[in-house]
Amino acid sequence: MATITLNVNGEKRVVEADPQTPLLWILRDHLDLVGTKYGCGIAQCGACTVHVDGTATRSCMLPVSQVGDKKITTIEGLSEHGDHPVQKAWLEHDVAQCGYCQAGQIMTAAALLTNNPNPTDAEIEDAMHGNICRCATYLRIRAAVRTASDNKA
Amino acid sequence: MAGGGLMLSFNWLAACQAPSENDVMEMPDEWFDLNSYIKIGNNGVVTLMSPNPEFGSNVKTSMPMILADELDVDWKNVVVEQADFYPERFDRQFTGGSMGILLAWKPLRTAGATARQMLINAAAQQWNVPAGEITTEAGVLHHKASGKSAGYGEMASVAAGLPVPEEVSTKPLSEFRIIGTSRKNVDGKKIVTGAPMFTIDHKVKGMLIAGIIHPPFGMTVKSFDDSAARSMPGIKDVFAIKVLPDDYEQNAFDTVSFPEVVVVVGNTTWEVMNAKKAVKVEWELVPERSFQVQSWGGRQTIVMPKGLESTTAHRVRMEEAARGKAQVLRKDGDPEGAFRRAAKVLERTYTAPHLAHNTMEPVNCFAHVTADRAELYAPIQAPEFIRSTIAARLGMPADKVHIGLARMGGGFGQRAYGHHLVEAAAISQKINAPVKLVYSREDDMTYGIYRPTYTATYRAALDNEGNLIAFHVRGGGIPEHAVHANRFPAGAVDNYLAEGWSIPSNITIGAFRAPRSNFIAGAEQSFLDELAELAGKDPIDFRLELLERAKTNPVGEDNDYDPDRYAGVLELVREKSDWNQPPSNVGRGVAAYFCHNTYVAEVVDMRVEGSTPVIENVYAAVDCGIVVNPDAARNMGEGGIIDGIGNALFGELTFKDGVPEKNNFHQYRMIRQKETPRAVEVHFVENEYDPTGLGEPLFPPVFAAVANALYRATGKRYYEQPFAKHISVSPAML
Repeated sequence: MATITLNVNGEKRVVEADPQTPLLWILRDHLDLVGTKYGCGIAQCGACTVHVDGTATRSCMLPVSQVGDKKITTIEGLSEHGDHPVQKAWLEHDVAQCGYCQAGQIMTAAALLTNNPNPTDAEIEDAMHGNICRCATYLRIRAAVRTASDNKA
Repeated sequence: MAGGGLMLSFNWLAACQAPSENDVMEMPDEWFDLNSYIKIGNNGVVTLMSPNPEFGSNVKTSMPMILADELDVDWKNVVVEQADFYPERFDRQFTGGSMGILLAWKPLRTAGATARQMLINAAAQQWNVPAGEITTEAGVLHHKASGKSAGYGEMASVAAGLPVPEEVSTKPLSEFRIIGTSRKNVDGKKIVTGAPMFTIDHKVKGMLIAGIIHPPFGMTVKSFDDSAARSMPGIKDVFAIKVLPDDYEQNAFDTVSFPEVVVVVGNTTWEVMNAKKAVKVEWELVPERSFQVQSWGGRQTIVMPKGLESTTAHRVRMEEAARGKAQVLRKDGDPEGAFRRAAKVLERTYTAPHLAHNTMEPVNCFAHVTADRAELYAPIQAPEFIRSTIAARLGMPADKVHIGLARMGGGFGQRAYGHHLVEAAAISQKINAPVKLVYSREDDMTYGIYRPTYTATYRAALDNEGNLIAFHVRGGGIPEHAVHANRFPAGAVDNYLAEGWSIPSNITIGAFRAPRSNFIAGAEQSFLDELAELAGKDPIDFRLELLERAKTNPVGEDNDYDPDRYAGVLELVREKSDWNQPPSNVGRGVAAYFCHNTYVAEVVDMRVEGSTPVIENVYAAVDCGIVVNPDAARNMGEGGIIDGIGNALFGELTFKDGVPEKNNFHQYRMIRQKETPRAVEVHFVENEYDPTGLGEPLFPPVFAAVANALYRATGKRYYEQPFAKHISVSPAML
């Protein structure tokens, strides 16, 4: 057990936990930020995607001891009123079916557009390929990322 | 349900958020229940209870749409709440079988129309005018003759005290204002902002986390050493539990893969996951057992053989069984006579492996059991089936078991089975604390309740003109076959034989998106494609000729399809795909199927890069009657198609000595963004049949559409799924 201080969604958060605990479980079990999801635990599905200093990162395999004072952004902190261009595009295209993977999809898309505001279709598919959607809303995800990039530009 | 508003589990936070993103509604001071589904606030805001659990088919939007249309309110003033499981208030809270909208269509329309009539009757009473002179318009009552009007909110308290009218008439279809228009997912905002929605997100004060350790198939707990685990941080207890009560007569959804499991309980998920690894469990073989299951077809005996099963052995046994005895399911005419005099005979065999459901949210469940009550919050498609099992396991009356219906991160049939509710409840009772049972992905993927492994051999006889004179399907599987004897082309051919065989297994199986159809459609529709080619006919024309025969001069009486509607989707897909003008760089395949009350025809255009399949376009024509929410319906269609493509190309689970050979996504290949088609078009036949479902019907035919397209793209036919393992281009085409 250790006392760990984190910067999550712009706030200082302090937890008591085993330093080996993946960031995913710190967020979900210790900080009650349950928007970031558990899908596989081995960084294969993308449901656990957060931003660490703006970079899309799989939180299920990131021990909290390695985070330090880096800025963590979760889906809850992506925007203040749920109005990030990616979130708005997701609503415009009515993307979700069950919804479980979508926070991870959105976080991956948001990081893509920060780094590459005008991606080609191939670049969108490449960037989003790591996020599994079991309900297969992939076409709408593509369209929403395209819309968000058009709106951001 | 007339009279004072009993406040049902009402979530103020949910009530403050309108379905449209930016509107924030003013909340009423008071609510009035008009019936189980409908509450009207004194300011005219309406809360609609969505009865069926939600797993992504968006009934949480479409069911309230039906209520709202008959009630005649503005969708902007509607707030939707998920109903808990209340069998005394709601008819059928079961999500599965693509039957939700179909079976709720009349009850929901009646509930909406009834509440509207009560509001009219209230206005009639208040205004002292005949009810027959009162009209409504989007939440406002009007009496034209006197010029009086009032919002529903003003009349709601009076209406709630009136008797429920015995008979009401529902709207003519032409007056629908909401049904048939596209409305956004009522939970859209919550989904994109990461609001707690799923059981795995649930938390209460004092809650502990539990995890299970389960054996390989064919084994059970012999002993375990928890000494290391117990001393790990945050761990509260380790014990074994029996899941079902002794000698319990199971129903169809009581499937329990492992009657006894080891449980680890602790403070947090990570601590429990770690501690599980430190428990040393010794397993022992389970003797052969057989038990009764009360299913829809009556009482069924399930045999679970002794031993550790492997896919290699399964394949050998299936090949043997395919040559052995089978049960005749249907016979018309004289098939063997027709085969003897045939000009051409075609025989082909198709196989497909076990599949795992792999819902994105792994199996989990919340339970809090006290001395006289059990509160569960669960991802469950079929709460009515599991409640009595939970009650029996806990030793309390069923009406003391309350189940809140969480949004499910996927269902696909897996979550119709409620073992996780029984487990969570049993654990909570034992530790006397609220508990959230969480399966790891590995637990989930290796737990069972799989799609069976199947095979089918088709034989057909053609005469000199390429007419189909005999058709024979012999299907088998472990542990069940997939043959539907009364489906097309039964009824369209004079000489017909359908047979089935099965081999028992201790690897559990269960409903998987379009059970049985999800294999047999692919086999049948691939065979018809090859048969059409042998007959020298276009694949769509070949089917349409048979359907014409089934319509004008059917063979037998039990033909489980409407030939007109079946032909209708083939004709529509032919038109929408521009069937006779495919793009030059693709192989094009077609397939059609009728299951779960909906007709579907699909065309797939694909090409192959080396051995990598690339799907360009998919066209689907669907006859599901009235479409309640068109854009959501297209979303379901796209999803079923892409899911089917993924399973046809990649889906596979194999076993070695009772252990699944894949336990996570690094081994089990799922379709992803880069394998998704360039475009999918879903077109609906316009008619006025009562709405039928979309969750399953688009899934089965796409397996054959892919196989048939692959043939034209590579010059080879594909008989064994998953197809991607076998793709290569015929030398003739290179």
